[in-house]
Amino acid sequence: MAPKHPSDTARPLMALLYDKTVRSIIYQVLVFGGVFFLGWYLVSNVQTNLDEQNIATGFGFLDREAAFGISESVISYSPQDNYGRALAVGILNTIKVSLTGIILATIIGTLIGIGLVSKNWLVRFIGKSYIDLFRNVPLLLQLFFWYALITNGLPGVRQALNPLPGTFLTNRGLYIPIPADNPAWFWVFIAFVVGIIGSFVLRRWSFKRLEATGQVFPHLSVGLGIIVGLPILTWLLFGAPVEMNVPALQGFNFKGGLNMSPEFFTLLLGLTVYTATYIAEVVRSGIQSVPKGQSEASTSLGLKPSWTMRLIILPQALRVIIPPLTNQYLNLTKNSSLAVAIGYPELVSISNTTMNQTGQAVEGVAIFMTVYLGISLLISVFMNWYNKRMALVER
Amino acid sequence: MLKKLTSTTAAAALSLTMVAGGVQAGDTVDAVKSQGYVKCGVNTSLPGFASSASGSWEGLDVDVCRAVAAAVFGDSEAVQYTPLTAAQRFTALQSGEIDMLSRVTTWTLTRDTSLGLNFAGVNYYDGQGFLVRKDLGVTSATQLDGAAVCVEPGTTTELNLADYFRANGMDFEPVVIENTTEVTAAFFSGRCDVYTTDRGGLASARMVSAENPDDYVVLPEVISKEPLGPVVRHGDDEWFDIVKWSLLAMVEAEEYGITSENVDDMLDSTNPGIQRFLGVTPGMGEALGVDEDWAYNIIKQVGNYGEAYDRNVTEKLGLDRGLNALWKDGGLMYAYPIR
Amino acid sequence: MTSMIPSQARPTGGTTWKRSVRWLRNNLFSTPLNSIVSLVCIYVLWEILSALVGWGLVHASFSPSKEFCGEVSGACWAFVHDNYRFLLFGTYPAESQWRPLIAIFMLLAGILVSMNRRFWSPWLAVAWVVGFFVMYIILGGGVLGLRPVSSNNWGGLTLTLILAVVGIAFAAPLALILALGRRSEMPFVRVICVVFIEVFRGVPLISVLFMASLMFPLFLPDGVSINKMLRAQVGIIFFQAAYLAEVFRGGMQAIPSGQYEAADALGLSYWQKMSKIILPQALRLVIPPTMSTFISLFKDTSLVTIIGLFDLLAATKAAINDPTWRQQYIEGYVFIAIIYFCFCFFMSRYALYLDREMHKGMSH
Repeated sequence: MAPKHPSDTARPLMALLYDKTVRSIIYQVLVFGGVFFLGWYLVSNVQTNLDEQNIATGFGFLDREAAFGISESVISYSPQDNYGRALAVGILNTIKVSLTGIILATIIGTLIGIGLVSKNWLVRFIGKSYIDLFRNVPLLLQLFFWYALITNGLPGVRQALNPLPGTFLTNRGLYIPIPADNPAWFWVFIAFVVGIIGSFVLRRWSFKRLEATGQVFPHLSVGLGIIVGLPILTWLLFGAPVEMNVPALQGFNFKGGLNMSPEFFTLLLGLTVYTATYIAEVVRSGIQSVPKGQSEASTSLGLKPSWTMRLIILPQALRVIIPPLTNQYLNLTKNSSLAVAIGYPELVSISNTTMNQTGQAVEGVAIFMTVYLGISLLISVFMNWYNKRMALVER
Repeated sequence: MLKKLTSTTAAAALSLTMVAGGVQAGDTVDAVKSQGYVKCGVNTSLPGFASSASGSWEGLDVDVCRAVAAAVFGDSEAVQYTPLTAAQRFTALQSGEIDMLSRVTTWTLTRDTSLGLNFAGVNYYDGQGFLVRKDLGVTSATQLDGAAVCVEPGTTTELNLADYFRANGMDFEPVVIENTTEVTAAFFSGRCDVYTTDRGGLASARMVSAENPDDYVVLPEVISKEPLGPVVRHGDDEWFDIVKWSLLAMVEAEEYGITSENVDDMLDSTNPGIQRFLGVTPGMGEALGVDEDWAYNIIKQVGNYGEAYDRNVTEKLGLDRGLNALWKDGGLMYAYPIR
Repeated sequence: MTSMIPSQARPTGGTTWKRSVRWLRNNLFSTPLNSIVSLVCIYVLWEILSALVGWGLVHASFSPSKEFCGEVSGACWAFVHDNYRFLLFGTYPAESQWRPLIAIFMLLAGILVSMNRRFWSPWLAVAWVVGFFVMYIILGGGVLGLRPVSSNNWGGLTLTLILAVVGIAFAAPLALILALGRRSEMPFVRVICVVFIEVFRGVPLISVLFMASLMFPLFLPDGVSINKMLRAQVGIIFFQAAYLAEVFRGGMQAIPSGQYEAADALGLSYWQKMSKIILPQALRLVIPPTMSTFISLFKDTSLVTIIGLFDLLAATKAAINDPTWRQQYIEGYVFIAIIYFCFCFFMSRYALYLDREMHKGMSH
């Protein structure tokens, strides 16, 4: 191996250097030393800087009064509340726009993904053009564009568009009527939740029965019936209240009803349109990953087409689709941070304001990085769990 | 082994530092002198205070930067301007990206203390107001209940706004946009009913950014005190002194009646105060650590405070001196003795 | 990678007319339902295209003078005429704008040359390093009688291209190191790489940029400042390198373990094994995801607008915030959307081409 060395004493040392374990230890010590030193150097600099310029540190500010207003919030918030609550509002707003965006992007993306494998050339062409167009333009630019279009293109409050009775479209957002306050709606919601739980239980039971007796129970349609029927029944029981809370022009703005602000709408639109292009590709590759033979075999076994889809195609396609899909969900959530550019008060934008009012940049950045890391970890833990569950069981 | 490692890494880090163009702690003056220009943070665009629309930077805030450059280098053009949003300004200063900040920044206790800043004086006494469209029919800020309000984040304005509405038992919907030009654009597009900032800023938006200034009106209420002035880093006293006295020299010149036109004649003045001020009698420059003709250069190249105000604020925004008149004329501008 | 687009009509026999008819019948009007869908699609496409063409061409004003803007119902392209220098060069001093123009051409030429496989050699890397250096001097000035121009004034498309190209040039090698580190047998090295990759992949790019622009200066010794553009550039590089590292790792994992074992059996060292056996195969496998990471990087440079750098998007926003051009915001956004689109679309087509080229001669 090593060439003969004139000096005998140097030999063991050289050999040692060529030894794999020793070398690996040396490398690691070097890397460790480097990283450790860098970390120590940076942290000590921060300390000196903060001390020297007399900049405040610590998370004590979270308890102090925030004193700034936030335009929209899931929980109640007023400027008297503390910074901690303001940040919580930001986190909830992030979750709100991300969840809505995920649902919409999945629906649109799936439709386009199916269009991409259509037999119709025009449908495929439209699908591909959509993807090319919205994928190759930066999301931030799209957001600015939609925002400018909404605030400049739509009329002011006094000249609001009125596309449907009770619904108003202005450059202050979309106002739609919602059912007026009534205890009935609370119970309808409860009935809805009970319906979902009930249909899950039903599904369990029907699978057990299938395995035990071989009899098929139409659990899907019955389950759906429960989910829809139970709330309707509850609503009827409460005397079928139909009173609506209709938005009306009062002072400067519309009051009442449900308001979707231009900032929220822009962000939702941008995230949905952009992420849908990626989801469409994911769905397409999922569909194409299932060999044709599978559906042919299933048909020749005499399975109904709906069963073929549900029992043969979907489970296999989903196995390919789910991992990249989760990645897209994660990307959408992270991209929602671009809201800072158009003024939707999500986590990054509120942290930003907090940083500026308190001057504590280190803490502010630390908070929102931790929250995003937390969300990412949570989703990847879920993914691993799901992958294990979905993995092919080989017998 | 480890020791050697540390020292090599330290050497590497040190060389990196030097590549980055090191500046030693607390020595902004030396750094500024060696780089040959003043790095000054200004507004992205606020005509009257700081604007580069005409190709070169101009405005009342810009004149403070130029005065400092004139004092240090004898050349008011030796400035590198960094346009900053309200949210970026303090970090830029703290990090040393700029040597001084002259960007309509309100002097407050927390900024002076826990943000690690030092205010070098006040170059514009202002107060917060509201700008609305005339056709809304609003005549007083107390009628603004439920309005959508455009405001810049990270400003005192944002906090005063919440305080004011709370004190008057009113609601508002904040529309928070970071960049001055963008927040005004949002207001003029009709996204908000009201735009709130310092009244100087409102005048600037109305006169320069509105398509028709007469469609808009500034409401009479002034809801806060906004003393705006140049800022430097905490813990760098020599530099602090230079910025502070450059500003005061502009005011002092107006008190003496020295202008950029007559400053050369004033060199022959027999008034001992003026002789000291213009460096005919040496001493002031040396005390400040700059050339003896520092004040002469400021006045010759930038003008006195009154000239700067007329050129930028009165002519462009149509605002009279008000609080910013000299103390002799009932205003708040008051130069400390230069002796 | 074989695509499974349904096979199209075979072009056999018949005149062109007959073939077209057959193609139409097979692809658009095969069943009644299909025919209805086709008609709906044609209608939708017609509506969209006629609206776009009407706005952008038919009813538009191409006069370089702004005075016609009010007279047309469509686009007013005088916006582009009046602002193109601003969009290309930002606030770079007007009399020196030939310098960023040269920089843009250098970057474009560099990209075109690098795309050609014939030039792929270590010398190309050297050429890039020299190129970056020359470009830096041309833009920054201060020597050879060039007036110094602070990087604060580098802007517009110039800045976007610099951020993107320099980003790609540095993210790729860093990603390779990270990917190797993550697959290393040395636990400490592996842990550091995993943490680096996962942290950067777990947070949004905007938070990395905020960290670079707001927080990082505090990490430096008092008084030392690193230029803001450089900080943003490093933020972009770290962020995309983390994503790219995972792409590369995927490629390395896809190489059968027999290849590793064979290389070990030949007595190759670690670096020989990696550079001669594993990486050439692994990188070939991951061309499409690598290119889409590059495309992401290009698009993501637009985020520096938020931290106050003056890139193409920021320049456009500044241009349309000018009261003169406030009505022409659609023109502004559409114009730069086309620029971004051209670059990204071109890159994605190049990825397809390269992928095909690289798999030529590999039997499947």
